[in-house]
Parts: sequence; C-alpha cells; structure tokens
Amino acid sequence: MSITIKYFGAIEDVTGIAEESVSLEQISSLEELKEHCLARYNDIKNLSFRLAVNQSLTDNANLKEGDEVAFLPPFAGG
Amino acid sequence: MNHLNRYTQQTKLPEIGAHGQEKLKNAHVLIVGVGGLGCPAAQYLAASGVGHIGLLDHDTVDLTNLHRQILFSEKHVGRAKVEVAKEVLSQLNSEVSFTCYNLRLDENNVLGIFKDYDIILDGTDNFPTKYLINDACVLLEKPFVGASIYKYQGQLSVFNYENGPTYRCLYPNHFYRDSDNCEDIGVLGVLPGLVGVTQATETIKMIVKIGKVLSGKMKLLDVFNMTEQLIRFERNENHVMLAKNRPLQLEQLSCGVLDTEKTYLDVRESYEEPRLVHSSLISIPLNQLKDRYPEIPRDKEIYVFCQSGIRSEKAIALLRKAFDFDNLINVEGGVERIIAN
Repeated sequence: MSITIKYFGAIEDVTGIAEESVSLEQISSLEELKEHCLARYNDIKNLSFRLAVNQSLTDNANLKEGDEVAFLPPFAGG
Repeated sequence: MNHLNRYTQQTKLPEIGAHGQEKLKNAHVLIVGVGGLGCPAAQYLAASGVGHIGLLDHDTVDLTNLHRQILFSEKHVGRAKVEVAKEVLSQLNSEVSFTCYNLRLDENNVLGIFKDYDIILDGTDNFPTKYLINDACVLLEKPFVGASIYKYQGQLSVFNYENGPTYRCLYPNHFYRDSDNCEDIGVLGVLPGLVGVTQATETIKMIVKIGKVLSGKMKLLDVFNMTEQLIRFERNENHVMLAKNRPLQLEQLSCGVLDTEKTYLDVRESYEEPRLVHSSLISIPLNQLKDRYPEIPRDKEIYVFCQSGIRSEKAIALLRKAFDFDNLINVEGGVERIIAN
C-alpha cells in the first residue's frame, strides 16, 4: 500500500524532508503508520503534533492506497 | 473627509456597500501582539475603516523587528510598540479610534479587556497566551482569528466562531519542547505579512458578514514550496467544556533539572517554557543583564541557557566583554538539554 506523508514545521526539521511516499505491506491503520514514522525519525516523539488523513484531522483511521497523511505540529511564532 | 468617499473602492463591492462600511465603522477589534502578525493586520483593518482597534503588546520596537513589522521605522526603535502603532495608524486613518494596552495579557486582565471587543485577533508568539486567549474567548463567547508562523510556514484559523471548533479542538495541549519564537529560529519577513493580512481579511468578513469564514478549517501555508492545505477539524465538546470549567490561567509547564549540583542562569523571558524548578537557578532575561549582572555569582561555574542556545551565547559574550565574567558555560541546544525527563 502506497501512502504519501507530509511533514510540517519542527517535524520537517526532524525528518529533513517535507514529503515522502512509502510503500508498506504490513501497515493498515494510522496508528501503525505513526509508530513506523516514530521508529524511523526518533525525535518526532519529542514534539507535539496532530495527524490528518486526506486533509481531515483524526486520531485513528484505517488507511487505504493513495491516502495522504500529514504530521501537524502547532506553531508558536507571531 | 467624506466617510464614504474614502472607502469608495470597497463600498462599490455590492456585498459590502454603505451598509457594510457602517458595520466596519461600528466594529471593535482587539489585536493581541503587535508584532509580525499584528502589525500588518492592524494596518489593513485601520485602512479598511474598522472603527475601533485595541492594540495590546508589552514590548518595544527592536531593530530586528523591522524586516517584518513594517508598520515601524528605524526612528521608532526603543519605543513602546502600541504607542508607535497608534501614532502611525492614526496618520493612516484619522477616523479610527485606538486603545493602547502596554502590558502582557494574563488571567487577571484578559476578561476585562476582551469584553469590550467583538473579535480578537491573535498575533501572539507563545503557547501560554494562545491558550489563555482561547479559554477567555470560549468563556465570553467571542470569535478569535488565530495564527502562528514557523520559518516559512503559517497556520491560520478562525476559532470559536458561531459554535465552531476552538483552538483546543485543534491542539488540546502542548509539550514544552516545541516552544519556539522567531528570535531564536528565524522567519522569512514576508510570511507574517501574508498571514496577518489574511487574519485581517477573515476579521472584515466576520464584521460585514460576507463570504465563507475559515472556521473548522486550518489553512496551512508553506511559502518555501508555495503550497497550501486546508485541514478540516471539528468541535470537540470535551475540550470546550474543559476550557469553560478550568480556572483561567497562563499555563506554564515546569520541570526539574538533570544535574542538580550545577548552578544555572536562565536568560529567557519569564513566559518561556518550560520553567525550571531548581534551588540554584537565577533568572534574568537577556535584555536585563546589563542592570542585573551583580546577581550572578563569580565564584563558581554557571551554566547559561535559553530556549535554543543562541541567546545564551550572546549573554555570555556580553557578560564576558562588559563585566569580565570568566565562569560562564553555554548550554548548547538550550533548555531541552538540561531538563530531567
């Protein structure tokens, strides 16, 4: 299953990339994808963030081919 | 000057007209934080004829503000932001009246100030104040136009509008580690301009009651790649009830230090998080060091820290050069490196 992941703000600083496409056979839920990303980019766990699937904020969802997941940290700057 | 002539180009728009202009004239908008976001918002709201604008900020104009806060000029450096803003904006539009609040928003003054306004525009640069604005707006049932920026990216949404989602529905809480401000991490000058003007746009639409208000959606702008997303989110009654029932407060996260034997000097502002709880901790913001340096011991090693390690480096350079301190050690990477998890 191919998923597009977008990283924003301080999370993008951790991953070093704004976007990537991953092909993962064993992942079917948002929770599993999150665990996968946290294992891959360890420092994400130090940041607070919400997740969105296809531009909709959610805490849990089943993922399907072609979904877009976004990591959204709050910004403080003004 | 004829009131309508001045606004001809916007009253020509059938959705606004003389009637909409009258609504703008009668509106009271409070801008919290007259900085990167608040300045451009204030300029366009004043130019558009919003009748009464409140300006709230405790800070003074700094030379490093001028690359993005173009309401201010070099001659204003050192003066209170709200006073300068009132002066400059009055020249832009003498029909607008202004109230200046040269102070920091806190749990004791927030309700008294907010009650006089229809819409609150959030131009603040820290989480505790953003949550305070949210909770006060929930209590007073007022909408607020929230926004924040990070490097090349901006987030924007109208919260608590006609029973719409609140800031806590989007971000229920935050960790300490993501406190950051433009001074430490940098920001492209035009970015807050774009975002602040968009905040003014939403404010005008709410006053005149036209168009679709950005409620229940967060606009996420990335000017580096020039992409834009609209993230949908919903009202969460649990978070709204929490905001209603909790005592109003500037929530500050505090934690202990990793190495309790050491002595620390915190050169951050008093609102920056997390606050460290430690017996051998001196807290003097960078801009007060010139006056308060005698409070710093010279007979032992002092670990100096800020949010990221940049201001503490400046502080050490200053203390070494001007006051001959030779016992200061910079905490590279900032506060995060010395807290006990």
